[in-house]
Amino acid sequence: MELEYFFELFLGGLVKGSIYALIALGYTMVYGVVELINFAHGEIYMLGAYTALIVASVLTVLGFPQLAIVVMAGLAAIIWASAYGYTVEKVAYKPLRKAPRLSPLISAIGMSIFLQNYVLLAQTDKFLPFPELIPEFEFWEPYSHIIGSPSLMILVSTVIIMMLLTYIIKYTTMGKAMRATAQDRTMAMLVGISVNKVISFTFVIGSSLAAVGGVLVASQMGQINFYIGFMAGIKAFTAAVLGGIGSIPGAVLGGLVLGMTESLATGYISSDYEDVFAFALLVLILIFRPAGLLGRNTTQKV
Amino acid sequence: MTTETILDVKKLTMDFGGLRALNHVDLTIQKGEIVALIGPNGAGKTTFFNCVTGIYTPTGGEIFLGGTGKKPIRLNGIKPNRIADLGMTRTFQNIRLFQNMTVLENVMIGRHIRTQAGIFSALTRLPSARKEEKKTIDDAYNLLEKVDLADWANEFAKNLPYGDQRRLEIARAMATDPVLLLLDEPAAGMNPQETQRLDALIRKIRDEEGITILLIEHDMKLVMNLSERIYVMDYGSGIATGTPMDIKNNPAVIKAYLGEEVIDA
Repeated sequence: MELEYFFELFLGGLVKGSIYALIALGYTMVYGVVELINFAHGEIYMLGAYTALIVASVLTVLGFPQLAIVVMAGLAAIIWASAYGYTVEKVAYKPLRKAPRLSPLISAIGMSIFLQNYVLLAQTDKFLPFPELIPEFEFWEPYSHIIGSPSLMILVSTVIIMMLLTYIIKYTTMGKAMRATAQDRTMAMLVGISVNKVISFTFVIGSSLAAVGGVLVASQMGQINFYIGFMAGIKAFTAAVLGGIGSIPGAVLGGLVLGMTESLATGYISSDYEDVFAFALLVLILIFRPAGLLGRNTTQKV
Repeated sequence: MTTETILDVKKLTMDFGGLRALNHVDLTIQKGEIVALIGPNGAGKTTFFNCVTGIYTPTGGEIFLGGTGKKPIRLNGIKPNRIADLGMTRTFQNIRLFQNMTVLENVMIGRHIRTQAGIFSALTRLPSARKEEKKTIDDAYNLLEKVDLADWANEFAKNLPYGDQRRLEIARAMATDPVLLLLDEPAAGMNPQETQRLDALIRKIRDEEGITILLIEHDMKLVMNLSERIYVMDYGSGIATGTPMDIKNNPAVIKAYLGEEVIDA
């Protein structure tokens, strides 16, 4: 019984952590390439969830089968959120690329507030019910109460997405161009890399990941509102910093550590203090390992 | 060899606020030449490179790149990646390899602007893209063989010895298929053997690949050995030009170097 409870918490933490990791990857990739904390990233996550909700509702009314709805809502969320991410970069960050580092940061916060209020006005301030896109199905009886099918789907999809991302970054030309740009932007330009394209691509990939995260979480929680991006964004940012911002394996590790900490601490200590545990962990890491778990020393960049 | 002007710089001027780093500098390079740009520290040599390669936008003057088969192209205000595309690239004084990438990847990165597919279509695994990727790898290996680094292909760039890192930088620059290669102090920090090897490599690049070379260098022995023509700069202006012999005996040059007999070749 004790062990089963632990496994329940453990898997819960794993699911939560993988979602944090998915969103944290967007933060960390953008930071790696342009050295900017994209505070509007949480809003992209929220926009992804809204897009999926709208598309799923329309398709349900039109009587599409469940599988088609899931696929099309997911794709629409990815495309729409990517378009937002791409535009946000062009509008809010690109003009400030040569400005002092504080300027794009403030621009990012502004963008975050703008997008929240834009959805608030365009939609509503109330929570909207979100359809269960991932159906409950029976498997692994009688242990399915430890991990339900939606959670399992979240785990499986995040693992697949992360493998895909690793492949892109390690082996494709675009991935190499991204790594080159992150290491030395001027030099990347001198060997003919179009840095603007690389930056746009980074935002598009990060936004796609956030959109997938948004849809998965919304489907599990069953409701969304315009403010969900805030907490998700802050948690993912915490995960990215935990792991060492700029480091891709770090974002995954940070997400998992954060999810696990929250899950175990709420399970064994008190569920009232979920966020306290998360941010206390952040404080501890910042004190004892400021560069994050897998972060490098930042002194090398001048 | 018919003479064709590769680089034509006219009255190039660069101001940083009130400071004039370059003052009406003229410089022309013919196809197939090895030209050196020398001068005391702070003379504006690197600023000249930065202007020509698009890192800085010059405040005055004009830069034309020829030798591309078309009529000369005006480079003022063009982005560095576009200039690399047109056929000019460079190395830096301090080594600027992509340290956390492998030796092969460093060269492949440079190779990509010469592939058809472009960076987006390489995401797909279509047969055409795969074939192209294989060609990129082959090309990169060939270049590494030319600079004797093929055995290190899968090592991280940061793990190479110093002289090898320098040669890798040259290989990466060559991967972009330049008509003109700018080398900023390629021999800096090298021991005599490494410098000798570099001398041979630069000659090889010119003779076998037909790449025109402009280099900044403080190692006078290398400069006098290697270059066919020399430009001398001081305080942001060109003060002399000529063959190594002319330069060695030029009083203005000797004065610029504070009267010292630094030219010991």
